[in-house]
Amino acid sequence: MFLANLAILVLAGFVGFAVISKVPNTLHTPLMSGTNAIHGIVLLGGLIVLGTTASGVLDKILLVIAIAFGTINIVGGFLVTDRMLGMFKRKPEAPQKGGADSE
Amino acid sequence: MNSVIQILYIIAFALFIYGLMGLTGPRTAVRGNQIAAVGMVIAIIATLLTPGIGNWVLIVLGIVLGALVGVPSARQVKMTAMPQMVALFNGVGGGAVALIAWVEFRDSHDYAGLAAYVPVTSLFAAIIGSLSFWGSLVAFGKLQEILPGKPISVGKQQQLVNGVLLLAAVACAVVVGVGVNSQLLIIGVLIFAAVLGLMVVLPIGGADMPVVISLLNACTGLSAAATGLALNNTALIVAGMIVGASGSILTNLMAKAMNRSIPAIVAGGFGGVTVAGGDAGGTDKTARSTSASDAAIQMAYANQVIIVPGYGMAVAQAQHAVREMAKLLEDRGVEVKYAIHPVAGRMPGHMNVLLAEADVPYEQLREMDDVNSEFSRTDVALVIGANDVTNPAARTNPGSPIHGMPILNVDEARSIIVLKRSMNTGFAGIDNELYYDPKTTMLFGDAKKSVNSVTEELKAL
Repeated sequence: MFLANLAILVLAGFVGFAVISKVPNTLHTPLMSGTNAIHGIVLLGGLIVLGTTASGVLDKILLVIAIAFGTINIVGGFLVTDRMLGMFKRKPEAPQKGGADSE
Repeated sequence: MNSVIQILYIIAFALFIYGLMGLTGPRTAVRGNQIAAVGMVIAIIATLLTPGIGNWVLIVLGIVLGALVGVPSARQVKMTAMPQMVALFNGVGGGAVALIAWVEFRDSHDYAGLAAYVPVTSLFAAIIGSLSFWGSLVAFGKLQEILPGKPISVGKQQQLVNGVLLLAAVACAVVVGVGVNSQLLIIGVLIFAAVLGLMVVLPIGGADMPVVISLLNACTGLSAAATGLALNNTALIVAGMIVGASGSILTNLMAKAMNRSIPAIVAGGFGGVTVAGGDAGGTDKTARSTSASDAAIQMAYANQVIIVPGYGMAVAQAQHAVREMAKLLEDRGVEVKYAIHPVAGRMPGHMNVLLAEADVPYEQLREMDDVNSEFSRTDVALVIGANDVTNPAARTNPGSPIHGMPILNVDEARSIIVLKRSMNTGFAGIDNELYYDPKTTMLFGDAKKSVNSVTEELKAL
């Protein structure tokens, strides 16, 4: 099982390398933010451990924090990336939308 | 049920990869990000289908808590504060990894009856996760200016201290890994790694922070992949590893664009390099200063103006003012372009985001290689808060610490106007001979105020 997983790991590394090296410079900040959101997937680890094996109060507290952290990572990451990318799409002459990013 | 979960995982990471491919172009990027987010939702649902999963109340509690913190902070953060937000989101990811690794140890009772790879990968995740969490917090603190941006270090012993800390963390991990059930030692692993994270990031100057955040981003990805190996979870392995790969590339690109090597950055500060190039600036040179009205006239009668925005513009929040000024110039028939250095702002592409926020058309943003040939045909180059990336010494002075760094060839323009707060040196701590060029005039003051007064003058013309 471990060796099969190791193979997946190595292949995933090359896939990541191939896909990402083609991203233009201008999109690097959104890309960083987007990949940042993806590693929030560690949330799954928290869910599995809390849902199946965790016992004891301290373990449960730690895992709830871990799940909260993972959720912040995912939700925050994708939302921020979306906001950044939305700015590239907005038409130059469009009136400034109030609210979200008023400065 | 197990194969259903596996299939959903496969769909999820296919969506991650497809989504990232979408991020390669400005037109498809928004959709790419959303596709990746859908993949994440599928992965979470698949995990919740795990047979025998319990503790639902606590799971929901954790997710709700996370959403309550994450959504508002992502919605409200200003675009200029983006880098520290990314650092913070990255940090909590690392924190989650470390906490999970800790619980895994407590749960499994000194890893009894588990294959050898479980403690190895789990303890690796614990070290890197903890390091990434605390390192990211320091990066956040520095960029948010809670901590001083200047390098803080214990001096020459820094590397030694870091080495000892790493050794201590690994030693604790080895003892725990071979089967000694000591709660104290696993906490030791986390604490030594945490102090190491602080020690590695504290000596790094504010301008190197993006490289560090990118590096920590890659680390968190790798630690997530390690968690995946320990938990035998393909979604974690694939997603974590992709982030690890991307973070490494980004880190490399950024470091290259700044002419900095990653080991040098991590080893701490700009160090002795600055001293070596200290004689670059003489005292006999003088810079000419100009007024807003002169600058306005100069630009109003130009055929082409290239705006070179830098970190200073981002700090002064001047991007909207710049856009307004550029519009007036365009109305007068002046061709306006923006020259974007790969590391302008605080991260690669950060400047593009800031300018896009100010409604600057994407077509006017030119990358360095594209725009460098145009400077010789340009009447006015307007440098707003950029310094080191315009310093011709990078091309001409082999003794300069920034020699070899790719720069914008601003000095080739027919005239240059530099908006700057004072004659202080840039991050590299070296004089910019561009300022003493006879073609150059300086407009001192806050970038936003200067741009606004130029705009007023343009309106009055």
